[in-house]
Amino acid sequence: MSYFKIKRGGLAISIKEGVIEAEGTILEALPNAMFRVELENGHKVLGHISGKMRMHYIKILPGDKVRVEISPYDLTRGRIIFRKK
Amino acid sequence: MIICKSADEIRLMQKAGALVAEVLLQLEKILRPGVATGYLDRIAEDLMVKKSARPAFKGYIGRISSRAFPASICVSINEEVVHGIPGKRIIRDGDLVSIDVGVELNGFYGDAARSYKIGNTSKIVDRLYNATLDALNASIDKCKTGNRLTDISHAIESRADRDGFSVVRDFVGHGIGKKMHEDPQILNYGLPGQGPMLKKGMVLAIEPMLNIGDSDVEVLNDLWTVVTADRKCSCHFEDTVAVTESGPLILTRL
Repeated sequence: MSYFKIKRGGLAISIKEGVIEAEGTILEALPNAMFRVELENGHKVLGHISGKMRMHYIKILPGDKVRVEISPYDLTRGRIIFRKK
Repeated sequence: MIICKSADEIRLMQKAGALVAEVLLQLEKILRPGVATGYLDRIAEDLMVKKSARPAFKGYIGRISSRAFPASICVSINEEVVHGIPGKRIIRDGDLVSIDVGVELNGFYGDAARSYKIGNTSKIVDRLYNATLDALNASIDKCKTGNRLTDISHAIESRADRDGFSVVRDFVGHGIGKKMHEDPQILNYGLPGQGPMLKKGMVLAIEPMLNIGDSDVEVLNDLWTVVTADRKCSCHFEDTVAVTESGPLILTRL
């Protein structure tokens, strides 16, 4: 059965293999657009705001629910890629 | 992430693939003008169940419609590209019939498709059939360790270009293993030398889909059947191929 092509940012071939997407809440704002995020599973990670969010002037405040991208190579750091309404 | 299978797992997938090949072989024997597509489906399902396998398509929830596929095989005739639902439609002389079979056996999936020319088909349909089959074989040849994923895609597109046929862009081949659709997505077009490197243990379901007319496709109101937008003929072939140290191993051919 054929698979319907998913376009991830325009590429069906994902250059990003193995990122883990998680949801969490912002605990505190640190300098340099870094944030401490508590994930749904309880882990606390150090997240930075993604360039795309910076470009669109999207503000994040403590208490916001966000989506974070974590690399399997370092599970304590993440990239905040989405702020939920 | 692309899951590489161990030699033992590939052996199990070979069994699933062999069953798929057998079902296709049996269906080819009974395929002739006057046969209803639903009949093919019943025969295929019987065979799968008799060999203790599960028809992989039945109940599969689609990505486009979230509606479950109602049959065990896909039968797509002429302007239908893929995912044709078997039913009361009768196969006629001159048709180009594509049958897609998927099974799950012992936890592993097998997926393959063949097209068949019924009776007297037109010259262009013959060319389309040959080009699609060639494209599949050419792309399988690229499934060796060290090559890149889009080498497969490019092989399909160049063979299609040679005859002036277009490739379907909205549907892709896929990895296969414990799930029917796994990473990676295998486009039927593109520049070579891109994407992940092929490694030993990868198992890919490569499915070139070539159209006589334009590459645009639509989904019918049954939310499954994919047809060419210009309603011109389309051909589809598929094999499940494992990448091994000694080159590509086609699991779905006997």
